[in-house]
Amino acid sequence: MYKIIVLAKQVPDTRNVGKDAMKADGTVNRAALPAIFNPEDLNALELALEIKDQYPGTQITLLTMGPVRAAEILREGMYRGADAGVLLTDKAFAGSDTLATSYALSCAIRKIGDADLIFAGRQAIDGDTAQVGPQVADKLGIPQITYAEEIVALKDRVIQVKRRLERGVEVVESALPVLITAHSTAPDCRPRNAKRLMRFKRATTLSEQHSAADDYLATHTAHPGLNITEWCAKDVNSDLVQLGLGGSPTKVRQVENIVFQAKESKVLSTADADIEWLMQELISQHTIG
Amino acid sequence: MANFYTDTAELKFHLTHPLMQKIVALKERNFTEHERFDYAPVDFEDAMDSYDKVLEIVGDISANTVAPNAESVDAEGPQLIDGHVQYAAGTQKNLDAIIKAGLMGITLPRKYDGLNFPIVPYIMAADMVSRADAGFVNIWGLQDCAETIHEFADEEQQQRYLPRIAAGETAAMDLTEPDAGSDLQAVQLKATLVDGKWILNGVKRFITNGDGNISLVLARSEEGTADGRGLSMFIYDRNSNAVTVRRIEHKLGIIGSPTCELVFKNAPAELVGQRKFGLIKYVMALMNGARLGIAAQSVGIADAAWREAVSYAKERVQFGSSISKFPAVYEMISRMKAKVDAIRTLLYETARFVDVYKAYEHISKERSLLPEEKTEMKAYQKLADIFTPLSKGLSSEICNQVAYDALQIHGGSGFMKDYPIERIYRDARITSIYEGTTQLQVVAAVRGVTTGGYLAQIKAYAETEVKPELLGYRGYISEMAFEYEEAVKAVLEVGNNEYTDFHARRLVEMAGNIIMSHLLVLDTNRDHQYWKSLDIFLKLARAENRGKMEFISITNPADLGKYKMD
Repeated sequence: MYKIIVLAKQVPDTRNVGKDAMKADGTVNRAALPAIFNPEDLNALELALEIKDQYPGTQITLLTMGPVRAAEILREGMYRGADAGVLLTDKAFAGSDTLATSYALSCAIRKIGDADLIFAGRQAIDGDTAQVGPQVADKLGIPQITYAEEIVALKDRVIQVKRRLERGVEVVESALPVLITAHSTAPDCRPRNAKRLMRFKRATTLSEQHSAADDYLATHTAHPGLNITEWCAKDVNSDLVQLGLGGSPTKVRQVENIVFQAKESKVLSTADADIEWLMQELISQHTIG
Repeated sequence: MANFYTDTAELKFHLTHPLMQKIVALKERNFTEHERFDYAPVDFEDAMDSYDKVLEIVGDISANTVAPNAESVDAEGPQLIDGHVQYAAGTQKNLDAIIKAGLMGITLPRKYDGLNFPIVPYIMAADMVSRADAGFVNIWGLQDCAETIHEFADEEQQQRYLPRIAAGETAAMDLTEPDAGSDLQAVQLKATLVDGKWILNGVKRFITNGDGNISLVLARSEEGTADGRGLSMFIYDRNSNAVTVRRIEHKLGIIGSPTCELVFKNAPAELVGQRKFGLIKYVMALMNGARLGIAAQSVGIADAAWREAVSYAKERVQFGSSISKFPAVYEMISRMKAKVDAIRTLLYETARFVDVYKAYEHISKERSLLPEEKTEMKAYQKLADIFTPLSKGLSSEICNQVAYDALQIHGGSGFMKDYPIERIYRDARITSIYEGTTQLQVVAAVRGVTTGGYLAQIKAYAETEVKPELLGYRGYISEMAFEYEEAVKAVLEVGNNEYTDFHARRLVEMAGNIIMSHLLVLDTNRDHQYWKSLDIFLKLARAENRGKMEFISITNPADLGKYKMD
């Protein structure tokens, strides 16, 4: 039986970028892109769920930081098997870079307390930094295993993890507690479960309950399990100076829109000589190899 | 992300049919279960929202797991290892996803761990899974057997077996044998009572998913009998390990679905319900459920075929133009779409009839029905009885026509194994054969012709109110109804059963065309986007019915001699 926290982020679906994905000022047009559960965070959730399959008493809490609507991914995680969700939301978090984000998340993790394992996706598809997971581990002072593809073994508070590296794999071992970031080659997350969906579709945060048209009070008093924890900066005892824009040393100076344009093209036949030429070209340009 | 539910507006359209209000209220016993089960709906809107969201899960798994695995499953197929079936790797992955999503006991009551969904959303799930992989839907769809156990087995058996199916164990219905295919009265598998326990001995053949965990077996329990009245229904549990798979058939299509020859050697079994009722009552019920499933499979395959035709026609350029611009091609494609819409609306109409009648039937076991409820149940049962073979028969035949045309649109490429249409075309072929051939569906459906059941329903449709702009279509349909009445009269007044059988399929198809036309009018009345399909289908249906009427008018009983085989 373990206590697991999975870090997740709601991100714009940058995999299906249309024409209006970027605004004129170079920032992401979030309104034009559907908001989704960051794909590698789903891999992270699956690794946690596999541990729960093996040790049924395991408790999985999904933690996300974001606007009120980020509760959508907490529900989605609960449909897939997470036991509870925590939403970290506050105007004070706005504009956070990876340093400020990892600080806020580490405060929330301390507040949840006693986590044996913390899982996170390797990186989010909107920023692609791969920094938040490692920084959280650093702030908590616990070891980290990045690029995880598979939990090889977990026994007596020692975990073995297979890591996917550029040119192969390696298996490493760590004592708990440990933070693990999941690679996209880890198993796909299991589907949403029909009964869990029907059970948790009414799970909401306090902010959502306040803005809902119908009377949620009765439902939520009768079913306390349908309350999604919502914390602000103060709730997690964080230092306001280290949060948000003020706590973020990263400054974006300029964003450039890059349009790929093929300048020239070459038509090759299937003759050996042409294929040979292409191979050499690809190797010398370091496109492959 | 691709999703077979959200990309098919027709599904949500049929899900929100006005009759659902009644169906859901009956199925949910006026929403009383939410106090015992935290996932039960509190009202109609809540239930519909749950169906919608769960179907979206099915659409997700269909599009992103089952469909991508279809090609490898077709190439690999199941294997026979030590007398047992090993599914293709992709099949196992599909099944794992379905089980984790909790989609195995969809219509079962919550007390047996089911979702307690009506048949309409269940059939919608079958529709989508079939579009993804017609072979896989057989393994998943055999959860129908649970419905039969629920209906006829005793409470203690239900408690033991139903939660297992809801948890993901697969089922099989072991009916046919080498000498008992269409004619199930000839079943020989022997059931013997030894020290108060039943054991089974013999061979079953062509059994879909024959190595499933829980099998319903039709066997001869009454020694010395030779007809259907000597047959009983049994449950065989694979954990007993007394049945071996002797062979997996090599098939034209639905290759991922293992079709098994089974050898029973002193296999322990439990009687379901009463002795001697196996064929005459239980198999008939089982088959009706399975037939609706095949109708859904046919619709799903036809939908997949039509989509393949559209995407190929759009991208294929010949004579300097996309082939979709040529009348010969676009006419075929819009005809296919009209046919898919027609068989789909017939499918969901049938599912609704079954839903109302089955819900009442289950309620009647909990309390006695009020007189008006009884009347309503009987009316819906009659409709379900004549609509089920009609839907299975017509949709499987039309599915084959659509698959044929879709392959034709691909030209030579469609004949190669390079495009999915080649597999879809092969998969389509079985739909008009199993769970009763089209010829046997006609035998069941012709009762709707001779007793006037179809005509009464056609008249009932004609009396419903629709928008004024649809009255012109109604006019054409009433003309078709008149022709049908005349054709039926011309055949029946001869008073020769063989002559009626000779024309039976023609008459059933005429009735079907009229019913589908009426349903498309009602669909267009609710949503104008069905107008094109209505117009196109109606033209086809009118011309077809005219041809059949003409054929009937130029034949007479004396012609039979020329057709008879020597």
